[in-house]
Amino acid sequence: MDKIRYNKYRQFKEFAIRHIMLFLTLLSLTFAVVIGISLYYKSIPILDQQSIWELLSGRSWKPLKGEFGFFPFIMGTLWVTGIAIVISLPLCLLSAIYLSEYAHPYIKKIVFPMIDVLAGIPPVVYGVWGILVVVPFISADLAPHFVEFSTGYSVLAGGIVLAIMIIPLMISVFIEIFDALPGGLREASLSLGATQWQTIKKVVVRKSFSGIAAAVVLAISRAFGETIAVLMVCGNVSEVPRSVFDPAYPLPALLANNYGEMMSIPMYDAALMLSALLLFVIILAFNAISRLVLIRIERNFAL
Amino acid sequence: MRHMRVKRIEEKIFKTLMMVATLAIVVSLFMIIVAVVKRGLPAMSWDMVSKIPGGGFYIGKEGGLLNAIIGSLYIVIGSITLGLCFSLPIVLYINLYLPEKSRLAQFTRLSFDVLFGIPSIVYGAFGFTIMVYLGLRSSLLAGILTVTMLIIPILIRSIDEVVRRVPKEMKDAALSLGATRSETIRVILRQVVPGIITAVLLSVGRGIGDAASVLFTAGYTDSIPTSLSQPVATLPLAIFFQLSSPIAEVQDRAYAAALILTFIVLILSLAGRYYSRKYSKNKI
Repeated sequence: MDKIRYNKYRQFKEFAIRHIMLFLTLLSLTFAVVIGISLYYKSIPILDQQSIWELLSGRSWKPLKGEFGFFPFIMGTLWVTGIAIVISLPLCLLSAIYLSEYAHPYIKKIVFPMIDVLAGIPPVVYGVWGILVVVPFISADLAPHFVEFSTGYSVLAGGIVLAIMIIPLMISVFIEIFDALPGGLREASLSLGATQWQTIKKVVVRKSFSGIAAAVVLAISRAFGETIAVLMVCGNVSEVPRSVFDPAYPLPALLANNYGEMMSIPMYDAALMLSALLLFVIILAFNAISRLVLIRIERNFAL
Repeated sequence: MRHMRVKRIEEKIFKTLMMVATLAIVVSLFMIIVAVVKRGLPAMSWDMVSKIPGGGFYIGKEGGLLNAIIGSLYIVIGSITLGLCFSLPIVLYINLYLPEKSRLAQFTRLSFDVLFGIPSIVYGAFGFTIMVYLGLRSSLLAGILTVTMLIIPILIRSIDEVVRRVPKEMKDAALSLGATRSETIRVILRQVVPGIITAVLLSVGRGIGDAASVLFTAGYTDSIPTSLSQPVATLPLAIFFQLSSPIAEVQDRAYAAALILTFIVLILSLAGRYYSRKYSKNKI
């Protein structure tokens, strides 16, 4: 009798646990939707007043007069991200090829943990490094060769700091892609008399081109949303930068700098929440696309 | 022949470039650490880690950063606990209950991969809208909730990776002995404890260092909070706020705080590596 009751209890426990877990899983899937809706809901007031194109192309940002033009901030984000990618892409590609095709396991054993450490350093510490090293370097050593005066707090400083920050992500995805490539492809090429470099150029890189593109998109979306480190070194002047030595004001920095006063000025909070919504939508789309490409690569080569 | 020689030279040039690129990345890591240590070490003192800010702290007088250190620990401990309550059931469900090629499992994995890429400032802004909606003020609780959102994708992704690698036979063996599916959880969990520890250390590192998410939600205070509804200071914000001060002594404290934070994160990352090495011996 007791045994039957015990088994009933076990069955009930099983039933309860299964359904709680299913509920949590389904709940978690609605999370992204909830974020999107609540940010949209918060930015409705400003979207009612001005069209989205007006907001995105407007050049003047004067919250007190009710002018909210996002153009300088979007340009700031694009400039900083662009420079970060230009610096980090060649570095990461070369280094990832070296680490996955040439390097001795001993070297990997030293370098991989270092890349992990680099990935773990908090953004704010990168910002501190930017202020201590990159900004003075630009204002004292680099900028005088090109422009009359630069404080160093510039697009270039933001780009350099961001470049170092996205290196770990980019390099680890690159290595994953190269490792997913079947060894037979390389052997076939080598056995036809190609040198190792020819194999890399014509087989490895060409075959993993879609993966490389996906990794770059992933890195771009990471750079897009990076806040504190960029905010600390970019100068934060709401004008469209004309050279890399001009200050910029990326979207996330706008959000982080003004949250305090946004409740006191009408429409200000809606405008800032709209910028969060923009970031969210763009990054969500970029991430989803590149993750789907990467999953497909993994599946195709897994055979 | 000449063609071959050109090829050789090309390969040599590129190989050298690759080594230089790898070296540059490693060197930049050292540059960051050296810069932080060089500037932070002179500003360090016992007071920094053992005292909360005194009366004239922000004009360069006595006090330390204990409020921020404890605050960061509170936030991280709270959000890891809460995060595990969500992520463990989800990971176990998609691995134990769903069939191997289940659409739902694949979609869940994809969605957490995507959520992993959402920047912390967006979580911060979302947390803030929820706070406003509920009428809460910036507090320890709001900070914990926001950091939890930030670290759940990390926890799920890295725990999923180890749970997936548990041999299927182990689950089958437990089931064939008459265990219900929920009872096999115990068997699986025992196998993946080191993996979970690594995942936790990874998320502690991310959670403790993130400034943008707590900027909106946790506030800042000079005292150590005694309840969930009080605002709380955090290390990243201590760095951020004090660096913007015009007074040199206050800026020094930002550098000291940066050194403390870097030190914590380095220890966490080394410990995480140690545990994951222990778990899989042949992984590079």
